[in-house]
Amino acid sequence: MSEVFGVPLQALLGQLMLGLVNGSFYAMLSLGLAVIFGMLNIINFAHGALYMMGAFIAWMSLEYLGIGYWWSLLLAPVLVGMLGILIERSMLQWLYKLDHLYGLLLTFGLALIIEGLFRDLFGVSGLPYTIPEELAGAFNLGFMFLPKYRAWIVLSSLTVCLLTWFMIEKTRLGAYLRAATENPRLTQAFGINVPLMVMLTYGFGVALAGFAGVLAAPALQVSPLMGSNLIIVVFAVVVIGGMGSILGSILTGLGLGVIEGLTKVFYPEASATVVFFVMVLVLLLRPAGLFGREK
Amino acid sequence: MSRQTLGYGLLLLLGLVAPALAYPILVMKVLCFALFACAFNLLTGFTGLLSFGHAAFLGTAGYVAGHAIKIWQFPPEWGLLLGTLAAAALGWLFGVLAIRRAGIYFAMITLALAQMMYFIFIQAPFTGAEDGLQGVPRGRLFGVLDLADDINLYYVVLAIFTLAFWLIHRTIHSPFGQVLKAIRENEARAISLGYDVAKYKLLAFVLSAALAGLAGATKMLVFRFATLTDAHWHTSGEVVLMTLLGGMGTVLGPMAGAAIIVTLQDQLADKVGSLVTVIMGLIFVVCVLVFRRGIVGEIGALYRKMAGTR
Repeated sequence: MSEVFGVPLQALLGQLMLGLVNGSFYAMLSLGLAVIFGMLNIINFAHGALYMMGAFIAWMSLEYLGIGYWWSLLLAPVLVGMLGILIERSMLQWLYKLDHLYGLLLTFGLALIIEGLFRDLFGVSGLPYTIPEELAGAFNLGFMFLPKYRAWIVLSSLTVCLLTWFMIEKTRLGAYLRAATENPRLTQAFGINVPLMVMLTYGFGVALAGFAGVLAAPALQVSPLMGSNLIIVVFAVVVIGGMGSILGSILTGLGLGVIEGLTKVFYPEASATVVFFVMVLVLLLRPAGLFGREK
Repeated sequence: MSRQTLGYGLLLLLGLVAPALAYPILVMKVLCFALFACAFNLLTGFTGLLSFGHAAFLGTAGYVAGHAIKIWQFPPEWGLLLGTLAAAALGWLFGVLAIRRAGIYFAMITLALAQMMYFIFIQAPFTGAEDGLQGVPRGRLFGVLDLADDINLYYVVLAIFTLAFWLIHRTIHSPFGQVLKAIRENEARAISLGYDVAKYKLLAFVLSAALAGLAGATKMLVFRFATLTDAHWHTSGEVVLMTLLGGMGTVLGPMAGAAIIVTLQDQLADKVGSLVTVIMGLIFVVCVLVFRRGIVGEIGALYRKMAGTR
């Protein structure tokens, strides 16, 4: 058995894969945060709670309605997105003229409400969700076993991230979006319905979180606390990457997942805190973030 | 001015007779959280920097004070002092990092740093992880006053709170406090007037962290234990909520907010269970949407309006 720095190659590759899986979630969530922040100037604290909701929608539709994984993958983002639109229309839209921090406070309150409700209904212990049979099992690559589901998480989330990038950077709709981010009043003067775009942006951003939630359901346990545990790490990822660039968010997310995975191999005690240490380093060396620009 | 003195005198009188009216431990808890919220307000309300990581200072001071008193067998006054100093040192570290960014990033950085401390506390050998640091003796203050007696302790806590509140009040109304308000209102102008804004922000951060630490150490002494709950991000959110509900940037608001939230949690805890979080969330949403000035802020605005029309 070959070794790298005294660590068996198989263990190293396994943790690297897990790191990529975590990184995919970081990438998808920080991408959603960045898209929302660009348009609404709001940091969506409820992002983690909505991700958790996505996982619960998948779990409930299987448990109560017999709806399987593949339909959930479509259904959950749509439902979460619709809830997002409801939140934007009923609450967030009244805050745009105020200090950005009020948006953070409001969504923090929403996160508490959603998390509290699910905790009251389902308790704090995790609920299992079985991997769909098409994705059960593992590939034998010769030098390691690659669980199919992990490969699927990385592939599908990368696809979704790149599609989002393509839509924002290369399509007409994306051009409107970027224009509205840059200068909403002028864009509106050209006859583009900016409030509608803001609403759809928020809906789309949280739908990404819902999608990530469904992806996470079979890999992790479905639990009311899964969102808040993740979202604070994602905030650190966002500080590290800066929210200026879409590809930057994706790369930072994946990269930090890998760093976390490697830390688990070489110095497991620090694996929970390594992302925060990276954040401290970045703040000292490049305060605007790796891909950020100071506004 | 005399009316203000009268108002504070009445509040102090209320503090003096409170243990006869309510359960002393609950009133002490209110005082500790009121101090915590006042310290937070110094940074967020008066300097305009929203910290989402103040639980780290509350928790750290609790652990340090508890460790000093229980393991090193220090007297309580040294425990309180060490806890406060530890929080101040941590505040300096957080401050140096967080003030490199402004606005929304500042909030996220403080939250992330506090979460890092939380993970460190889970793993550190001296915190007792999930069990916490339990059975810390209250000891004798200056070797004379027996703090095991709740009433004795109550008056010590009241004295600590009053002194700290006086310090905050003094800070807010000092030239230093005026510069902080100037930074909140218009940072660019404060810079152009020649103030070293970063230094002022850092000093405000350290002061706020130290006072939050004093609150944490005192709270540890009241309950005789330090737990992870104090360092959890929920606690950081709670102090934001108390200040928001009472009135950000008002002198008395955080006190009122802390009294309401602590009493509410105490009353609701055994009735609605985990729905307490939902209720806290609802208060948050209502405050942000329709009640941004908070209770004290709204009363102040009403008073000014009536005085204006007369």
